[in-house]
Amino acid sequence: MENSQLAALAATIAPDSQVVQGKQFVEISLSPADLYSVAEKLKNNSETAFDMLISITGMDYGTDLGTVYHLRSTVNNNMIVLKTRVSDRENPEIDSLCALWPAAEFHEREAYDLLGIRFRNHPDLRRLFLDSTWGYPLRKDYKDDVNILAK
Amino acid sequence: MEEPIKAPVPEQEEYVINMGPQHPSTHGVLRLVVSLKGEIVQNVQPHIGYIHRGIEKMCESITYPQIIHLTDRMDYLSAHINNEAVCLAVEKALGIEVSDRVKVIRTILSELTRIQSHQLFWATFGMDLGGLTCFFYGLRDREKVLDIFEETCGGRMIVSYNCPGGLMNDIHPNFQKRTKEFIKYFRDTLPEYDRLLTGNVIFQERLKNIGTVTREQAIAWGLTGPVGRASGLSCDVRKHNPYSAYDRVTFNEIIYNEGDSFHRYKVRMDEMWESMNIIEQLIDNIPSGAYAEKMKPVIKLPEGEYWQSVETARGELGVYIVSDGNKNPYRVKFRSPNFVHLAPLNLMSQGAKIADLVAINGSLDLIIPDIDR
Repeated sequence: MENSQLAALAATIAPDSQVVQGKQFVEISLSPADLYSVAEKLKNNSETAFDMLISITGMDYGTDLGTVYHLRSTVNNNMIVLKTRVSDRENPEIDSLCALWPAAEFHEREAYDLLGIRFRNHPDLRRLFLDSTWGYPLRKDYKDDVNILAK
Repeated sequence: MEEPIKAPVPEQEEYVINMGPQHPSTHGVLRLVVSLKGEIVQNVQPHIGYIHRGIEKMCESITYPQIIHLTDRMDYLSAHINNEAVCLAVEKALGIEVSDRVKVIRTILSELTRIQSHQLFWATFGMDLGGLTCFFYGLRDREKVLDIFEETCGGRMIVSYNCPGGLMNDIHPNFQKRTKEFIKYFRDTLPEYDRLLTGNVIFQERLKNIGTVTREQAIAWGLTGPVGRASGLSCDVRKHNPYSAYDRVTFNEIIYNEGDSFHRYKVRMDEMWESMNIIEQLIDNIPSGAYAEKMKPVIKLPEGEYWQSVETARGELGVYIVSDGNKNPYRVKFRSPNFVHLAPLNLMSQGAKIADLVAINGSLDLIIPDIDR
């Protein structure tokens, strides 16, 4: 399926969201409330069939925190990008996608560990690499006294 | 006769043991907390982070050519391919087309990397299952590839030979000759690997129908590389989204449908043959041209987001770069295959014996620095 077709199809699946045809992939910017339902439709719709979760990237946009999802369809061999943002830095909460893709479990634990984004309905949300006394190192306001590369 | 002393733990009671972080069969500092009933595995919880260096955070404060030297240290057995992923992402962002010479050399070196990685897999996998001879055979042949790397790249494992825009240096005059010698040698030696291990009945009994993953599970868990292909999932990035010179060579994507430990092993064994086929198609006609494009001294990517997938020896490595137009990336994410492959270990090993856990873990071919990053 061509990206332009996919963008048109995605606009019907996620009518309240902004669908952009990026340089590489179709990108959908979602509100956190829509994320789970749109992801579920993209997965179960037989035309889009995004059955494989490739990666979840936690992002710090300066003011907002967010997550970026790369999904792949093994049927159509194409990819789509979902993006969502939350503005609450103290208690950021986003719906977990573990019920759709079990692969999300580790990716979401990583985002929680490094950026402090909490995932609602995650079966086992614990820190992954670091212990609980650390801050959230991938946040832009993280003070790092140890890293000699940081300016 | 006296009654034997009763074991302190009754068979029906669940108990927990730690495997690792300093256990030889975890191939690095991976700690598995295993719940057992008798000898049967009930639950496996991986604990990782012992070698977490914060590579993604470090990338935010260094320039793009410097990132190369960190990606080497993620999956150190696929160092060259990791570098290629970053270079391709940067080149794509800048709209630079590297010369055919660079593409072909990168492809040959990537396939040599894949061969040496699978050789080490074969060596350590045999050792995990009690066959120490494999370890010596595998490392003996891997040295020959590392010697080729040393001559051309300067490094043996951590090569750092790719750089954005091409290669650090031109290839060594001996490169083609030595690579052809190696292929000739390894075509005769690889059947020896099969005679030693693949056909062994004990070896097969310990692997067949152990740690089975169906195609649906492989898709749901995002498994790629030899692990995904052993479960019947066609996921080779070299076939689906060819990069470098993979669009001009013919090779087969190795797919098995059984999805057990033995077929994960088989995929890698067959891939070594395919890698040799690819190298033979390219080695005699490396085009002439520049080994590196002229780049600006300070590389700044245009504002935007860039994704590049490559097929490492273990699966799909995705590099996701977010740039705000500066010489440092705003955010870099590495979607590493081993991180994804570790997650379903619990699913694969539930109901298996504790000795099978070692076999399953070995058949996933995990590289721990790639998980922790």
